[in-house]
Amino acid sequence: MRKDILICGVGGQGTVLASRILAAAAMEEGNTVHSAETIGMAQRGGSVTSHVRIGAEARAPMIPFGSADLLLAFEPAEAVRNLKYLRKDGMAIVNTAPTRPVMESLHPTGYSGEGMTAYLLQKCSCILVNADEVCAPFGSSRFFNIILLGIAAGSGRLELSKETLLRQIEKSVPARFLEVNLRAFHNGFEIGERKESLS
Amino acid sequence: MKEYVMGNGAIALGALAAGVNLVAGYPGTPSSEIIETVAKYPHAGVHLEWSVNEKAAMEVAAAASYSGARTLVTMKQMGLNVAADPLMSVAYIGVKGGMVIVSADDPGPISSQTEQDTRRFAEFARIPVFDPSTPEEAYGMIQDAFTCSEKYGTPVLFRPTTRVCHAYAAVEVPDHFEPKAYPGFEKDAGRWVIFPRLSYANHGRMEQRNAEMAEDFSGYARNSVEGPTSEKAVITSGVSYPYVQEALKALPPVRLIRIATAYPFPETFLRQALNGVKEVICLEELSPFLEEKTLQTAGRHHLPIRVSGKLDGRVPANGENSVELSLDIMRAFLGGAEQSDAPDLSDMPPLPARPPVLCAGCPHRASFYAVKRAMRGKKAFFCGDIGCYTLGNAMPLDMVDTCLCMGAGITMAQGLNHTNPDAVCVAFVGDSTFFASGMTGVVNAVYNEADLVLCVLDNSITAMTGHQPHPGTGRNMMGNVVEKVDIEKVLAGIGVRTVRTVNPLRLEEAIQVVTECAAEKGVKAMIFKAPCVALSRPEGKCRVDAEKCVSCGKCVREIGCPALILDQGRVSIDPNLCTGCGLCGQICPMGAIGGENHA
Repeated sequence: MRKDILICGVGGQGTVLASRILAAAAMEEGNTVHSAETIGMAQRGGSVTSHVRIGAEARAPMIPFGSADLLLAFEPAEAVRNLKYLRKDGMAIVNTAPTRPVMESLHPTGYSGEGMTAYLLQKCSCILVNADEVCAPFGSSRFFNIILLGIAAGSGRLELSKETLLRQIEKSVPARFLEVNLRAFHNGFEIGERKESLS
Repeated sequence: MKEYVMGNGAIALGALAAGVNLVAGYPGTPSSEIIETVAKYPHAGVHLEWSVNEKAAMEVAAAASYSGARTLVTMKQMGLNVAADPLMSVAYIGVKGGMVIVSADDPGPISSQTEQDTRRFAEFARIPVFDPSTPEEAYGMIQDAFTCSEKYGTPVLFRPTTRVCHAYAAVEVPDHFEPKAYPGFEKDAGRWVIFPRLSYANHGRMEQRNAEMAEDFSGYARNSVEGPTSEKAVITSGVSYPYVQEALKALPPVRLIRIATAYPFPETFLRQALNGVKEVICLEELSPFLEEKTLQTAGRHHLPIRVSGKLDGRVPANGENSVELSLDIMRAFLGGAEQSDAPDLSDMPPLPARPPVLCAGCPHRASFYAVKRAMRGKKAFFCGDIGCYTLGNAMPLDMVDTCLCMGAGITMAQGLNHTNPDAVCVAFVGDSTFFASGMTGVVNAVYNEADLVLCVLDNSITAMTGHQPHPGTGRNMMGNVVEKVDIEKVLAGIGVRTVRTVNPLRLEEAIQVVTECAAEKGVKAMIFKAPCVALSRPEGKCRVDAEKCVSCGKCVREIGCPALILDQGRVSIDPNLCTGCGLCGQICPMGAIGGENHA
């Protein structure tokens, strides 16, 4: 298999766990995997990205512009910021609920996220979900990363088996949160299956 | 076993596989995870330490290598400046056990003050340098570096860059690591004691050896040529090598020459690789090192080759490379149609900026604010230093007027004091930086009669680089609980007469102490002591009492805490971010913020 997946969001949203699970699942299925994360100064309240590159042909640690098959975005403006990585025929799965820039109170920009989702819809095939809404049954937005993986798997664009992903989730999350994470994944998977035909 | 690790992890595991006996370093992005990885894997029999600074790490490792032990020293590129003194000398003395110094460069720069190039340092110190291009390669290459170090009896530099350090890949490692057996130190004053005569003799030997090593490197498998015989060629190294490989998928085939050992430069290899080539472009990051070496080679052997790169402006002088940049440069060099699979984004809407800021509840914010309040209306200069607290420069705090390098805040406050005697000069230094290179500056200021206020921002950890312990934390990398080195006692011991410790989150008290310290003559120290919020559990949350709040926005304007939200004129506190530090409650003129537990 050959697939480039870009995961983006704001520091603290759970992008790193999502990329680890994807990488581990792809390796379990016998693929060569490379990934890269933005860490260090960029992380403090800032934009973060994880690049997951599946397949031995990938040489550079980061996905070249116009190469990503999938963009998994935890935040709408971050989706737009990283759209340059997506191929024309790629798909973006995007949380439409914006994260306020940390300096918004001091230097208001009026950022709301709506302009971002409108722009995304013009530019690529998208599955848009509101993380606050889909996470409500699970009591915390921190399950969004697993829901997002579920959506990606359900959309058919990930080409990793549901069982492999579930096994890797089981290995990656604390036992006491396993049950809710599995429910979150299945919930996302159904969204993915439904939305694929609409986009 | 197969391990999926970061490049830094691969370097650590490679060193363990090489039987390393001692690992020492100082934290610095992008190198910090090397030592942390060694700590995570079984490493019985390996001495592991965060040294107080890079110079200390280099010296500890040098003596261990004199004893025949294999040693690894880790740092970021600017750490090598700190360690330059022992490095330059140990290069002359040489080592017995393999000594590999990892100095991680940071093209961009992404989290550094400079875009310096460790390959230059290798040439300057006359010692070899290895330049890995991927994590997988780093794992094997660091083992080659140990072999090289022992074969030639020299310390060896190993130079990954940020994108190699922080990339992940799977490496196959042994199930068990065995440190190498070594003889121990044997006295030999003619070998281990540096004197001018010995340096003269060894300098000659080093140059002769480097010529041999260059020939040796010409046969090193990681110095490679691929692609067809062509009149044009690309020379590359480090992470630029995979960038170029990937970019070449969209370009006409060309000869690709990769140099893994930039110094001693494998000239024989390059001459053969350039056979038939008329034009070459060098794609490398940081300095035009390979480009200059190629020009030298062409000049020495009268090769009719046009050499391009940074020196003739075809490659940018600064910043990091990428697949896209490599593609643009090589398309101009080789020809080929432009094609892009990316959507057209020329009409992209403006995006919100997300600059790095001090975390919500960070005690540094309170410390800066207390000093700011105490200095209001006075002429005051604020010298910052390297750490999270460099972010004290951001609005609305605006409390960093200078920042240069590790420990410089103190000595620069002294320099400003001598030239601006009418200003209050304040130096901010973190606890780890204080131990690394702040202490000597304090001695200098005391001895030379400076008037300055030293603010030690003591959060009991090296926060910026990922929370490493240091001499003030009471634990070390051997997993032992050790006596804490007490900053207050250190300051008293080196002659600072006024040393006051305050909790910055008690605002009025902190302002009072700053005011008192600023009024005294001489060097006065304040220790702002409160733990890093990333490590301490929040004890509560603050809330805004909507009945009392008059929406004046003073809290937001004064301290800029990310947990404070001002939306359509109403102030609220984000409970997901608030740590209950209570600083905002002490600023609110209406007493409308409560619920804090710390203050």
